[in-house]
Amino acid sequence: MLTTMRTALLGLATLLFAQVAAAQGLSIDIVNGNPTAIPIAVVPFAFEGSGVPPGTDIGQVVRADLARSGQFRTLPKENVVEFPTREAEVKFATWRLLKQDYLVVGRVGDAGNGALRAEFELFDVARQQRMAGLAISGQPSALRDVAHQIADLVYEKILGVRGAFWTRIAYVTAVGVSPNIQYALMVADSDGYDPQVIVRSREALLSPAWSPDGRKLAYVSFERGNSSIYVQDLATGSRQLLSSNRGINSAPAFSPDGTRLALTLSKGGNPDIYVMPASGGNQNRIVQHFSIDTEPVWAPDGRSLFFTSDRGGKPQIYSVPASGGDASRVTFQGQYNARPTVVDAKGVKLAMVQGNGNVYRIAILDRATNQYTLVSPGNQDESPSFAPNGSMLLYAASEGSRGVLFAVSADGRVRQRLVLAEGDVREPAWGPFRQR
Amino acid sequence: MKNVIRVIAASLLVASMAACTKKQEVKPSEEAPPPPVTETAPVQESGQYTRDSLDTDSCLRQRVIYFDFDRSDIQSQYQEQISCHAAYLSQFPDAQVRLEGSTDERGSREYNLGLGERRGNAVQSALSAAGASSSQLDVVSYGEERPVCREHDESCWSKNRRVEIVYSAN
Repeated sequence: MLTTMRTALLGLATLLFAQVAAAQGLSIDIVNGNPTAIPIAVVPFAFEGSGVPPGTDIGQVVRADLARSGQFRTLPKENVVEFPTREAEVKFATWRLLKQDYLVVGRVGDAGNGALRAEFELFDVARQQRMAGLAISGQPSALRDVAHQIADLVYEKILGVRGAFWTRIAYVTAVGVSPNIQYALMVADSDGYDPQVIVRSREALLSPAWSPDGRKLAYVSFERGNSSIYVQDLATGSRQLLSSNRGINSAPAFSPDGTRLALTLSKGGNPDIYVMPASGGNQNRIVQHFSIDTEPVWAPDGRSLFFTSDRGGKPQIYSVPASGGDASRVTFQGQYNARPTVVDAKGVKLAMVQGNGNVYRIAILDRATNQYTLVSPGNQDESPSFAPNGSMLLYAASEGSRGVLFAVSADGRVRQRLVLAEGDVREPAWGPFRQR
Repeated sequence: MKNVIRVIAASLLVASMAACTKKQEVKPSEEAPPPPVTETAPVQESGQYTRDSLDTDSCLRQRVIYFDFDRSDIQSQYQEQISCHAAYLSQFPDAQVRLEGSTDERGSREYNLGLGERRGNAVQSALSAAGASSSQLDVVSYGEERPVCREHDESCWSKNRRVEIVYSAN
């Protein structure tokens, strides 16, 4: 009797939650699937606290995170028929029958001072063994963060790779029709929740770039009439004008240690790559050529940069020492390669926009094997940005006249669409791992 | 004796009349000094426009130059447009123009900022060669950020690959 009532209450909570999600204007559609995905069941977390149950369904956030990664096939909530909350209540036979490899259970209780404590346990179903268990506390308003941290731990325990669910993304929205377009630079959780406006402008905003500590965003703004680079502190909202020379000031990129900024300036007559201190100061030109040289990104060791150059006729990716010197070409396949971004911690894999004819798709180059993998279908895909664990990427695409963002697993198998309620979305930038 | 006095008197009269004439000749040039030269204008059909011509002259009303995909060279059909704007600019040295370069949506945004600037620079060079002063010309690139249409086909893309000649208020 009690179990039925609890089931009914959980069902009601889920329904209300789904409606809240829809009201946020967030739509995540899984476009493809991965046949080798690991089956995992996440049982809804029980609320054992004394006050009002929190608005966040932790189990649902964890389930959605794991599914979105493309590495897991999560058991649909309606197929969860037993509701253990701790090891003693787990009947492994049930989950073996449901063909699940892993099981996550949990509960939420009081932690004092209005805070809540979420405890979870992860089980290997075949071995009937507990693999991990942890308690994480947070304010009710921060329970989504707690859920993402749980998903990260589950991911890492099973796959051996640090999870990147507890991260944020930046992107630009454009609402309205020229000449009355309203632009905004936004930051949201990496699942699209809780979008915050960082900057609003009637002039174009582009190229957001995270500082490695996740505290600042550099971006390009046309508010002064010409492209200029600002760096803004996300917590305080205060910002600094870093570069506003004659001509182009664009493509900012923080070095891995956060002390320097690479950027593109055309004050010398045509777009070249410069490096300057991240807090402002002298701009040193490190790439000088009459071609268009732009979109610098740092190699993970901070000692070299990849960038786009059309010195060979059409845009291709090149590499240059960060202190300056000869540039060497990196891409030799595809008519057009631009907008490089580093995928992995060693800088061996590079993602880029690859164009052939009128079709532009995201490609990943493994520099060790010289193999290219196309991970998006086109036709106007751009701005690839990887999660800090290299497992997923965001990119911008067109649907009709509208710009939308996609999240794709690094092997291209699972793709999800993130759609805002209104407007055009572009220029995604995946932020770094977050610190507690 | 009377004749000598008459001759002297006549001579003095003639001399004084001559002196008067000379003074009169000097005055006109002192009253009208030549105008100061501020700038040497190139030899053009100068003086053909008025300020209003920007709104009334059919060539000056053309304010957009279009480009082929991935190209920044100015096609021959725009030579007349370049010439008339250059003529206007050299006739009115205080006129200022902003050359706003744009691209279609294809490819990366940052690369397109460079391509838009390249197009603006090409128009700037052409106007300078035809007589405009470089201090009258400013290039701004908007890359793909200011599309006039949003369709994903060549008929729209061709409208976005452009430089707009924008006269600023004097």
